[in-house]
Amino acid sequence: MRVFVCVLLMALVTYIPRVLPITLLKRQLQSRFLKSFLYYVPYAVLAALTFPGIFWATGDITGAAVGTATAIILALCDKGLVVVAVGAIVAVFLTGVLL
Amino acid sequence: MKENKVAQFRHGIVKGLPVCLGYIPVSFTFGIMAVSNGIPVWLAIFISLSNLTSAGQFAGTNLIVAGAGYFEIALTTFVINIRYMLMSLALSQKLKPSVRTRERLLMGYGITDEIFAIAITETEELSPAYMYGLILTPVLGWTGGTALGALVNGVLPASVSSAMGIALYAMFIAIIVPAAKKSWAVLGAILIAAALMCGMRFFTVFSCISEGFRIILATLISAGAMALLCPVEDGGETA
Repeated sequence: MRVFVCVLLMALVTYIPRVLPITLLKRQLQSRFLKSFLYYVPYAVLAALTFPGIFWATGDITGAAVGTATAIILALCDKGLVVVAVGAIVAVFLTGVLL
Repeated sequence: MKENKVAQFRHGIVKGLPVCLGYIPVSFTFGIMAVSNGIPVWLAIFISLSNLTSAGQFAGTNLIVAGAGYFEIALTTFVINIRYMLMSLALSQKLKPSVRTRERLLMGYGITDEIFAIAITETEELSPAYMYGLILTPVLGWTGGTALGALVNGVLPASVSSAMGIALYAMFIAIIVPAAKKSWAVLGAILIAAALMCGMRFFTVFSCISEGFRIILATLISAGAMALLCPVEDGGETA
């Protein structure tokens, strides 16, 4: 029972930050600063989620670094999500096999 | 925007499939972790379905297993998840004001890092039908992967599963790098946020700041600084 209540609490505190802004803010913001800020948020937050965490994502920093470099090169060539992800996985896997 | 709801929904499904696939190895790991710590299979699946988040539910489940109190579990999970407020705020600006409250309540459930990443890079307004399609398969992948991990309990070879740990990060790279190629300002935002995260990781003075707060700090400072330095013209392009 304690465990189930804990899970419900976790679900609640996960749902609240997700749902509040999108539900309460029903108009377009007019402030140029806020609009600019929100324009940069996706890139800033995705970069923050990726670096440096990606280097510890596979249990081996060398492999992860090779995978990261592979992903960046493929993304620079404008490859799609799946190609970049699979390319990085293969690079990490091969590094693990070869080293 | 696509003409009818079915087409929008289908478009969302297609966009969500890579995320669904990327979620399977991660949630598979969660399933194994939960069950090996004594969480029943049904509850592990319920955690994934109701929380739909990686870091938050991993941390929360660890705390449950360690016997932590309600407040500690709720606070830790909340702090890890506050970043979703920024994502939800950004997404609110891509919806028509006419989108109903109950539709927003439903969409809010599906705002994960990866779904946000896909949705925010759409050039058109987001329709509820598109969002439901986008959210559906990742939810199935996340809960299905958890169920597999919980039931099968660890048959994925270690070399394969650890290599797949990079998949979701690689997807973020696939989103931010092409944008950085087109705009110095976007590259600036990425480099500032990454530098701040690295700085907070390597200087031990910051070790008291939890991962969740670090992400928020890095995002606020980076996006705030770039908004001051390179304000965006109406229409979304940098000056």
